[in-house]
Amino acid sequence: MTSAVEKYRNNFLREVEANVEEGEWVKMCMQCGVCSGSCPLGDAWEHPPQELFMMIRAGKRDQVLASESMWMCTSCYSCITRCPRGLPITHIMHGLANYANRLGIAPKMNPTRRFAKIFWDNIAHTGRVNETKLSLRLYFMDGFFTGLRRAFAMRKVGLGMLRTGRLNPLGLFRAGGIARKGELRKLLARAYEIEDARKNFGKRN
Amino acid sequence: MSEVATNQTILVAGGGISGMTAALEAAECGKEVVLVEKRAALGGRVSQLYKYFPKMCRPHCGQEINQRRIRANRRLRVLTLAEITKLRGAPGDYTATIKIAPRHVNSNCTACGDCASAVSAEIDSPHDYGMRKVKAAYLPHNLAWPQRYVIDASIAGGEQGAAARDACRYGAVDLDMREETIELKCGAVIFATGWRPYDAAKIQPYGYARYDNVVTSVEFERMLDPYGPTGGKLLRPSDGAEAKDVAFVQCAGSRDRNHLAHCSRVCCMASLKQSMYVGECYGEDARATIYYIDIRGIDRFEDFERQVRADERVRFVKSKVARIEQNADGSPVLHGVDTHGARRYANTHDLAVLAVGMQPSVDANEVFEEGATSVDASGFIQARDGENGNDGVFAAGCAADALDVNRSVQSATAAALRAIQVVNRAARA
Ligand SMILES: Cc1cc2nc3c(=O)[nH]c(=O)nc-3n(C[C@H](O)[C@H](O)[C@H](O)COP(=O)(O)OP(=O)(O)OC[C@H]3O[C@@H](n4cnc5c(N)ncnc54)[C@H](O)[C@@H]3O)c2cc1C
Ligand code: SF4
Ligand code: SF4
Ligand code: SF4
Ligand code: SF4
Repeated sequence: MTSAVEKYRNNFLREVEANVEEGEWVKMCMQCGVCSGSCPLGDAWEHPPQELFMMIRAGKRDQVLASESMWMCTSCYSCITRCPRGLPITHIMHGLANYANRLGIAPKMNPTRRFAKIFWDNIAHTGRVNETKLSLRLYFMDGFFTGLRRAFAMRKVGLGMLRTGRLNPLGLFRAGGIARKGELRKLLARAYEIEDARKNFGKRN
Repeated sequence: MSEVATNQTILVAGGGISGMTAALEAAECGKEVVLVEKRAALGGRVSQLYKYFPKMCRPHCGQEINQRRIRANRRLRVLTLAEITKLRGAPGDYTATIKIAPRHVNSNCTACGDCASAVSAEIDSPHDYGMRKVKAAYLPHNLAWPQRYVIDASIAGGEQGAAARDACRYGAVDLDMREETIELKCGAVIFATGWRPYDAAKIQPYGYARYDNVVTSVEFERMLDPYGPTGGKLLRPSDGAEAKDVAFVQCAGSRDRNHLAHCSRVCCMASLKQSMYVGECYGEDARATIYYIDIRGIDRFEDFERQVRADERVRFVKSKVARIEQNADGSPVLHGVDTHGARRYANTHDLAVLAVGMQPSVDANEVFEEGATSVDASGFIQARDGENGNDGVFAAGCAADALDVNRSVQSATAAALRAIQVVNRAARA
């Protein structure tokens, strides 16, 4: 009896509600399709938001979490302003991506994921974004020659930023950042701890 | 009037199908009834429809029967151009404030139309949602009851008004009429003030305010009426071309937290009905596409839905339209995702009809003394349970909820019965 009932119980929706930022909203979706139709990414989506929500309810855990789709979101907020049920779709997209990443299921080579990681490491290290290091790491993440090619393609933008003082070449050698970096790192470590305990995650690597 | 109305009078506000029904039911039970209607003629929004679902008859039939019943009943008095603006008091003892606008035409009028011929000034036709101009001396519409002309206030004071007066052979034009406000005593009140269409311009992505060939469902009804602005021809407003391929956009402003949170209930059926109009106009060449979240053809209306679904000229796309654009020749292009298969579309049609939502026409907070009645989250008036389990203010038809005609009439009869109980109690006290 219980196993027969269990079979129909959708655990993945519950998992999303418990562990994904704004995940408790997913069940409010009425599948109208306005978010998907409004998204500027158009056909580039494998599964647009409304379809992802349907898949969550259908319990397609692996397909959802391993998907590239939610990593595509550019936070333009078109979907949120139009959603007739008021779902915070953008936030759910990022929540799903974050959760998949935390579980280690997210697609390793997804460029948004890699950029997000580089960006986070950059800012968490000193408390300020170091544009020079950030751009270099980003361009060279696929190897030296690809990096040169990318940097060359972007040279106009880069020079412009240099001229207007937005990119400081000395940033490469200077640590920079906020005064009490140690405090920041402690604070972040504590935040990780709280979140991991709440969501029952194992130790971070 | 205020002298003759007593605490046993039932006041019915609104002379649409619901108000006429409630007033007649109560009067035919022997009660004194006053019916006040804001417009110049009875009939409400139904008189602006081309045909009614589910039987697809013209609105005339019900209207004519009701008019005959009203004429035959001496207990029922009708005031037109009379708007209820305030209500205060308690069961058995209400006072209503009624604002009466001047018609500038008295009961001598034979509806001969000579005044209209004598006048050149024009106004936007209120009956046609401003889709055409009519003379500033006009009969509200063909079926208008009372059959009496109106001289619009914009000309009453000038030469044009004088020309109308001089043209009238019956001494019916009275340019000295002024707006009046009267107070009316009554024992129970039925609000049958109906609905108004949601303002489509607020649904920005649909471009109603930007594109000529995006119209509302209520305008579409007028386009089909043989006496309407296009003489019953289904033509595009932008260039007068035949509109053979029509898109119906469901839930335009309903079921949407950014607009009206409730389902307007009638619009699915209305669009199914309107898809038949396209077939009526263009036969085999007709194409209709209904873009929907889900079709709410409830209980016995399911047969109606099945009948439309069997028609090969009507296509159903499960999708709330995301936005509408316009192409070079002025045709609306609908964008969205078909949620059956998550396929994106950009479909071009001749005309897009927004199935706009229904919202209550009066703001109860303005009319009622605080706490005198209750409204639901969307502003529809709900009967309040008073001390004796039955307060003296009731709502009928679309003042109570988004309802079709059949359900409006049922709710009107129920409201009449409850109002009768209140005045009976007042009589015994
Ligand atoms: C596009 C569309 C198509 C439809 N087609 C159909 C159909 O085919 N079949 C069907 O069954 N239903 C149809 N409906 C629904 C139908 O229109 C309503 O059921 C009907 O109008 C309800 O009648 P009512 O008397 O309650 O309200 P109304 O028709 O709105 O009448 C209310 C009356 O009250 C008056 N009033 C308002 N405020 C005041 C005031 N303060 N004082 C005095 N008077 C006031 C108004 O002037 C009006 O005359 C359709 C609706 C839409 C939107
Ligand atoms: S717009 Fe909102 S309700 Fe509609 S499919 Fe997207 S998330 Fe669901
Ligand atoms: S916020 Fe993200 S999901 Fe929403 S429309 Fe923009 S890109 Fe698409
Ligand atoms: S007001 Fe006079 S002229 Fe005008 S329609 Fe009535 S009777 Fe005829
Ligand atoms: S009746 Fe149909 S079109 Fe109207 S609000 Fe409800 S679901 Fe939408």
